[in-house]
Parts: sequence; C-alpha cells; structure tokens
Amino acid sequence: MKVSVYRYNPEADRKPYMQDYTLDLPEGKDLMVLDVLNLLKEQDATLSYRRSCREGVCGSDGMNINGRNGLACITPLSQALNGKSSLVVRPLPGLPVVRDLVIDMSLFYQQYEKIKPYLQNDEPAPAIERLQSPEDRAKLDGLYECILCACCSTSCPSFWWNPERFVGPAGLLQAYRFLADSRDTATDERLAELDDPFSVFRCRGIMNCVNVCPKGLNPTRAIGHIRSMLLKNAT
Amino acid sequence: MVRNITSFTGNGVADWLVQRVSAVILAAYTVFLTLWFLALPEWSYEAWSGLFAQGWVKVFTLLAILSFVAHAWIGIWTATTDYLKNTTVRVLVQLTVILVLFVYLILTFDAVWGV
Ligand code: SF4
Ligand code: SF4
Ligand code: FES
Repeated sequence: MKVSVYRYNPEADRKPYMQDYTLDLPEGKDLMVLDVLNLLKEQDATLSYRRSCREGVCGSDGMNINGRNGLACITPLSQALNGKSSLVVRPLPGLPVVRDLVIDMSLFYQQYEKIKPYLQNDEPAPAIERLQSPEDRAKLDGLYECILCACCSTSCPSFWWNPERFVGPAGLLQAYRFLADSRDTATDERLAELDDPFSVFRCRGIMNCVNVCPKGLNPTRAIGHIRSMLLKNAT
Repeated sequence: MVRNITSFTGNGVADWLVQRVSAVILAAYTVFLTLWFLALPEWSYEAWSGLFAQGWVKVFTLLAILSFVAHAWIGIWTATTDYLKNTTVRVLVQLTVILVLFVYLILTFDAVWGV
C-alpha cells in the first residue's frame, strides 16, 4: 500500500513536503492508522508523531487522515481508506507544525485556559465533599468526556481564522461543562467573559467539530446552550 | 474578554440578536414588495408612488433600510475580521463599506421623504 506522509523538520527542511512510502500490510487484519505509522517508523526512524495510550484515551495522536481529523489509534485503516488505495497523513490543520505530524498546541491550550477549566465555588467547603443530585450530575454527560485531542478545533474554519480570539469548539464545550455544573457558583463571571463578538459568537454553526469528534461529543449543541444562557442574561 | 470597537454594537449577544431580527425584517419586506408587484394589474409610476405615499410603507421601508445597514455591517465586519489579516487593508475596506452603507441610508431616507 502507498502511504503519503507530511514531513517537515524546521532544522533541515526549507519547506514541508509529502513523502511516499510503500508498505506491505499483514494479510487478513484491519490495522489502525497508528499501527501503520509504527510500521513506517520501523522503516524510517526519523518520522515523528505523538502517541501514548494507543486506545483513544489520551488524545495525543490527533492528525488529519485522508482529509479528516481523527485519532490514529482508533481509526481503522479500512475506514480511513473508504475504498481508496492509498493513505495520506498530515498534521492537524491550522496550528504551527513542530515537526512532521507534531503540532504546537499552545494556542489551543491558551483558549482552554481562558475559560477557567476548574470548579469555582465561593461557598464554605463542606466537611467531606460537595454533593450533586444524580439529575445534576447527568447534565455533565456528553461534556466531561472530552480528551482535548483538538480534532474539533483544528477542523473549525472559525478557529483557523481567529485562534487567538475564538475559544473554539473544545474550549467552549468545556466552558459549558462548568456553566452546567450545579457545584459551580461563578456562572455570571463566566458568562461575562464570553459575551464579546469573538469568544463564542464566531461559531457559525458549520458543525465540522461534531463531524470529527472521536468521542462522539457535540460542541455545537454546547455552544447553542451557552448562547441561550448569554441571551437570557442580557435581555 | 476580547474587545472590539468596530463591531456593530461591540457586544456579541447584541450583534447576534440584531443580525437575526434584521434578517426577519428584510425577509418580510422582500415578501411584501414581491407580493405587491405580483398583485399589481399594470406596473406604473402612479401605483409605485402611491404605494410609498402611505405612512406605514414609509415606516416599513425605513425599518428595512436600517435593518439592511445593520445586517450588512455585521456580516461584512465578520468576514473582514476573518479574512483580512492586514490591519491597513482591513480598516480601509471597513471604512469603504461604512461609507457605501451610509450613502444607501441617506438616499433611501431622501427617496422616501420625497414621495
Ligand atoms: S470535543 Fe471531541 S474532538 Fe474536541 S477536543 Fe474534545 S474529544 Fe477532541
Ligand atoms: S459549529 Fe462552530 S465551533 Fe463547530 S466547527 Fe462549526 S464554527 Fe466551529
Ligand atoms: S494514542 Fe492516546 S488517543 Fe491515540
């Protein structure tokens, strides 16, 4: 099989380029894209990419596989190829490339940091823990599962054009995770940080984020909830 | 928080709401004018100026042009801040669009008042 990989080593290359490899695949087995990269790495030790858990938990191997963002470790080759005969692997789009498939996620994390991703509560702490009813806990389903792989934000055109000012789907999903948490008392302060024309409102509902999230989460819906909360507060 | 002086209201929620409300007004105005044209037995200047001589049509028209200006500005402002990364170019384009929208506004007021 032909595999084409984006290569760039800023110390040695003037420009990024696509490198073609030919790979003999083991018969009768559907590999994951990460396995393919591992086989390539045996051929060519200079190939760089991030991975850790190799089971869709850590979020470190987000990349663009045949034009679609996803986690290499849980994307079966058959699904990535979808009838085509060759595999094309590029880094996640829109952020600076450190080397090959490794991108600099600073802007992504800065946006995450901006939404204060931790519980804020100004009431005195109870003796043991802050309790939550099962119903309130259920409101966090579909939000807390995010592994910050950045597949969504780097597929979002609004994030490509304004990564310093638009929080992006991943950050906004987490913003809503804390807005929806019954134990968090900073709702008004959180909303006040989000009502400018960029942070939330740059979302144009394109839903690329929903389309690629490897955890099946729905940032667009969370953004809609934030917008309703902002509207309710402001009118 | 991200601050902006050139956005329509400077506030994301307000811009968002204005964009939606103005869209509804523009749609209503378009439907109204289209139906009026279709219902007309014969197109004539008299019928046209008679339409605009009515007070409520004047109000509706002015509401529509105000909606148009607001709607267009919010859209253009979004597109320019997305795609025009050079500040000089962006400000120049924004100022040109403001000028054009301002001219539209004045001309419409003038036309409607003239009837
Ligand atoms: S929402 Fe999904 S795609 Fe986005 S960072 Fe979280 S897990 Fe990844
Ligand atoms: S729905 Fe919003 S956040 Fe998601 S990809 Fe589209 S513009 Fe980006
Ligand atoms: S290696 Fe951890 S998510 Fe793929």
